[in-house]
Amino acid sequence: MSNLITELLQGSVRAMARLITLVESEDGRALELLGAIYPHTGKAYVLGITGSPGTGKSTLTDKITSLLRSEEQTVGIIAVDPSSPFTGGALLGDRIRMQRASGDPDVFIRSMATRGNLGGLARATTDVIKIMDAFGKDWVIVETVGVGQDEVDIAKTADTTVVVLAPGLGDIIQSMKAGVMEIADLYAVNKADRSGADTLASEVSLRLQQDSQIKKISWQPPVVKTVAVDDMGTDSLLDAIKRHRNFLEKSGKLVSGRREKTRQEMLSLLKEEISRRVLEKIPGDGGFEALIDDILSHKKDPYSCVQEIVRNLFSISD
Amino acid sequence: MAGEKRIKVIMAKPGLDGHDRGAKLLARVFAEAGMEVVYTGLRQTPEMIVDAALQEDADVVGLSSLSGVHNYFFPRVVELLKERGLDDVLVVGGGIIPEEDITGLKEAGVAAIFGPGTKTKDIVGFIEKNVR
Repeated sequence: MSNLITELLQGSVRAMARLITLVESEDGRALELLGAIYPHTGKAYVLGITGSPGTGKSTLTDKITSLLRSEEQTVGIIAVDPSSPFTGGALLGDRIRMQRASGDPDVFIRSMATRGNLGGLARATTDVIKIMDAFGKDWVIVETVGVGQDEVDIAKTADTTVVVLAPGLGDIIQSMKAGVMEIADLYAVNKADRSGADTLASEVSLRLQQDSQIKKISWQPPVVKTVAVDDMGTDSLLDAIKRHRNFLEKSGKLVSGRREKTRQEMLSLLKEEISRRVLEKIPGDGGFEALIDDILSHKKDPYSCVQEIVRNLFSISD
Repeated sequence: MAGEKRIKVIMAKPGLDGHDRGAKLLARVFAEAGMEVVYTGLRQTPEMIVDAALQEDADVVGLSSLSGVHNYFFPRVVELLKERGLDDVLVVGGGIIPEEDITGLKEAGVAAIFGPGTKTKDIVGFIEKNVR
């Protein structure tokens, strides 16, 4: 274990891959390992790429990566695809579109399956970002599953979030709705050589104009047209990403955003640990099944039973 | 579903084959069997396949070839895996492989060759039984 961490910090790709597996499979040693690498994290810039299935997220990721590589930045990519809710298996196909990046020794691509996690990411995504960060990647790009409207976890994870759109997937009302359309720091209108792309770009711009009339905004998300397969507009997209990064750094929002993420992470770790500790007590408590029977026959109610269990476990009085 | 180790498979087509119906079908078969399958697409060099296996921490590499290049590409993948310290990765192959080549491929470290007509459940069974 500590060997793997030493090797990771010395730049072993093999160690990084193994550590990711341990964290992903929620190995018993995962928390200890993450604790040990935490002091080495916080340097990578995290870019999120999200959007509907088939809009071109993987291809854009590949092109942005190769632009970053030409500036000698190192890149880690986490490409998330869905697990089957029926079999638990997954077909992870994002690598196919990342042929240019996958031959580069300074690019590390890891495909992850959601394993039942909702929200557009795999459960261990933030932990895998930390491993790539500790390894020394300058950028970590997280590509979400193809999202519908409500999977917005990427915004709680990335420093900058790009929402990728493509023409032909809906009219202006779609662009006015809540959810994914609200989390963009930038929009990429990809497949911009197809008909409908200009209309889509102007509909998104209209939404942004409405936003500025409805609420106070400190950053106006740019709308960038791209044709990722032909490498058109990808340099403008990366420029816009860098402008957003610069804005976050200058305005202090990078730090405040990361503070909020840290706070949320602490809360969720606490919840997990508390529920783990409470639940591990229950099988030993022989009265639990009897209690279920009492609730089933309506002699007791579940709400006050839960209060009582928790009160007893923590020896607290309220 | 969380909190467990799942079998991770790299499904790859080395060489210049133009079609990959078989490889895609098997990728689906493995996913249906509960595995996590990374499909890397057509026209992969052994180096690309081994890079993918390394980064993805794969348990299995499945190679498919239809064009007669298996005697070079399959052993080369095994060799590169060993060079990178990935000697516990199970390598299996399939496609159009003449009977007389199979012994040599197995000696080179390919654990099994599945030709046309093999039952998919036999392939899944072999992997589940022999994976690290």
